[in-house]
Amino acid sequence: MSLLFRSRNQGAQQVKISAFRRFVMFWLHNAQQALGSLGELVRYPFASLMTMAVLGLSLTLPATLYVVVKNTDSVGANWQQAAEISLFLRHDLSAQEVATFSKRLSLSVAIENVTWIDRDSGLAQFREASGFGDALNSLSENPLPDLLLVTPAATHRGPLAAQQLLASLQQEREVDEARLDLAWLEKFEALIQLLRDGFLALALLLCISAILIVGNTIRLNISSKRDEIMVMKLVGATDSYIQRPFMYTGVWYGIVGGVIAWLATAVLIWWLDGAVRELSQLYASQFSLQGLNFNEMMVLWLLAIGLGLIGSYLAVRKHVTAIEPH
Amino acid sequence: MIKFEQVSKTYAGGFQALNQVSFHVEPAEMVFLTGHSGAGKSTLLKLISIMERPTAGRVMINGHDLRKIGRREIPYVRRDIGMIFQDHRLLLDKTILDNVALPLLIEGYSMQEARKRVSAALEKVGLGDKLRHYPMMLSGGEQQRVGIARAIVNKPPLLLADEPTGNLDPKLSLEIIRLFEDFNRHGTSVLIATHDLGLISRLRYRTLSLKDGRMINDGLAED
Repeated sequence: MSLLFRSRNQGAQQVKISAFRRFVMFWLHNAQQALGSLGELVRYPFASLMTMAVLGLSLTLPATLYVVVKNTDSVGANWQQAAEISLFLRHDLSAQEVATFSKRLSLSVAIENVTWIDRDSGLAQFREASGFGDALNSLSENPLPDLLLVTPAATHRGPLAAQQLLASLQQEREVDEARLDLAWLEKFEALIQLLRDGFLALALLLCISAILIVGNTIRLNISSKRDEIMVMKLVGATDSYIQRPFMYTGVWYGIVGGVIAWLATAVLIWWLDGAVRELSQLYASQFSLQGLNFNEMMVLWLLAIGLGLIGSYLAVRKHVTAIEPH
Repeated sequence: MIKFEQVSKTYAGGFQALNQVSFHVEPAEMVFLTGHSGAGKSTLLKLISIMERPTAGRVMINGHDLRKIGRREIPYVRRDIGMIFQDHRLLLDKTILDNVALPLLIEGYSMQEARKRVSAALEKVGLGDKLRHYPMMLSGGEQQRVGIARAIVNKPPLLLADEPTGNLDPKLSLEIIRLFEDFNRHGTSVLIATHDLGLISRLRYRTLSLKDGRMINDGLAED
């Protein structure tokens, strides 16, 4: 393309290259430049690997934290079935009334299941479990109330919903006292939320630092090629033509950095899994950490490539335009 | 082809490099630009290749006002101008082939297409057999000719040379000038900045003389 010489423009286009060839050549050039930047990276393997490792390891910590949060979520889902409401009924109710009440509750949408522990079997259990057998024998009548154990439906297991359910059950005429041990549930939820927030904040910070590190490395690349860039500008290279190889370098950092992040995350999770297994054995349960699945690995990879690209883009935008021939 | 109308250039520090310079180089004309160092020769060439912008006045190439050329269009202007430098500005870590092919690759040629033209250009400057060499393996005169090959490889209608013979002995200098004459005969406008007055006076081309930023002579060089 010629701006100043119209005749040259047309002649050149006829003799030289059709639009289609230009289009093909554009992509071919891109591929060549991509390979060229890869070659450049291979020529300085140590320096390139350092930047790639920084990018990869920056993503490893958030990725591992993500895995931990994901696993606690699934564990939490199991534990929340323990969110059980105990209803202590009034003493003056007949067995018939208790049965009706229990039936009525179990029809409610908020409630999944109601278990009735009548006062006599309650006393029997208590006698066995507590070792106060003789003392209890001396009592003239059973001091225990009838007990209904209410398991909320899945939709009502969160701390807030369970609390509302508790409040409404407390209003029932038959109920003397209703109890829900919420404190641990709330603590657990808060802990998970803390982990989640921490994971997000940490991920954000580490992503930003990865971008800055890639940007700085690319900046150094650019300034070491100052003369070459100047010559290219003198013979008519556009900024985007000069920028492209550096952008590809950023992409390569991301591609390899992403793979490093996979490996490091896998190693870290394998390491944690040992500890988690031991812990879950102490609680007599079988549990092991679920690592990243395929989709999550792809997201991690794209994230790494994206960070490499953003870092290099920021660097070239600022520094390639700043180099002017003189 | 190149037209300066009352062009002045004052640098940021207040130094006035050019003061109301006007001249017109016709198409297919070969013109020398002379003057002591600091007289404004380089500045004048930089205004043509838009490495600098004039403070006042107008620079035209082929009837196009360079003031209307935006930052993004500058590369396309430079593709129409072959530039040759005293320090030849070759890329030392690239072969002669890659160096000369650079302007073509930038324009979107494939390496195969570029290679043909590079060979032709190097043939023309007498370095057809040095394709695979690196610049440091060549002599100063040869390096300068590689720079010329790079400038003419995409057949620009305009050639600018800044002290192309600066580091060369008189015999080599004349060879270089003969090359420019050859391109000029094929219709290229050539503007050569040099302080080598002996060379100019032997050749008897139109000569623009600058002194302290002013045009003091336009015509044949005075001995």
